[in-house]
Amino acid sequence: MGLKRDVSLSVGLRYKGPSGYLTYILHRIGGLGMAIFISVHILSAFLGGKTGVYLNGIYENWAFQIFIFFCVLFHAINGLRITILDLFPKLLEHQTEAIWLEWAEFIPLFGVAAYVISSAGLGA
Amino acid sequence: MTTKSRKLSLKQRGLTYFETQMWLFTRLSALAMYALILFGLIAALVMGARNQMDFADVMRWAFMPNVTHIQSTNVPDVAPWSSVFWKLTAIALLFVATAHGVHGLVVIADDYIASAGGRKIARLLSIVMMVSMIAAGAVVIWTS
Repeated sequence: MGLKRDVSLSVGLRYKGPSGYLTYILHRIGGLGMAIFISVHILSAFLGGKTGVYLNGIYENWAFQIFIFFCVLFHAINGLRITILDLFPKLLEHQTEAIWLEWAEFIPLFGVAAYVISSAGLGA
Repeated sequence: MTTKSRKLSLKQRGLTYFETQMWLFTRLSALAMYALILFGLIAALVMGARNQMDFADVMRWAFMPNVTHIQSTNVPDVAPWSSVFWKLTAIALLFVATAHGVHGLVVIADDYIASAGGRKIARLLSIVMMVSMIAAGAVVIWTS
């Protein structure tokens, strides 16, 4: 029950909702990015050897660090908005303002972090 | 919409369904991860992050307080930070994060897999993945 949906994979991937779609899809991309990174990281630490050394080289690259920090920070800030609004449903009225507030936090925090990581990566 | 949700029984609020319980778990585990990461961040400041660690090291330690994440820093003595207490904290974070993440993968898979059989396979794979990731991660943390 409830498992049947008449939507193909290609239609599902092209879905574009009316509101908050950007945060929705970035939350998904961030979550997937973290899940893949953490799985590979745990496996390489567990297995060790040449594979581990090769994969560590990727993580230590500053461009990869900026990407994974984007995933983590956006997922964390957007997740906090979802948590607060879902646990206090009265606040759902202010959903749009909450998304603006979220960007007002994310952009400066990520901007500073990206500047610090890239200047350390390019300078050292 | 005159009935207040607090006056409804758990069954009427859907909390006897596994999916609703996981919906709540996802939100509560997010708060738990915030607490654990903030705790790690404070510990990084206690060990002298301002002068002895760079930004990436602070983040690595905060998001997973495992001693191998601070071995390349200038912190003079990292031994106290590899205690059983910190290992258990790291394993707690691993456990909560893996459960949250694997359930997230199931939710995404459910959006794109239309057949009931495919969803069953996705669920079985997710359980295998969750158990093996927690086991491998716990071994790495405990032996580091």
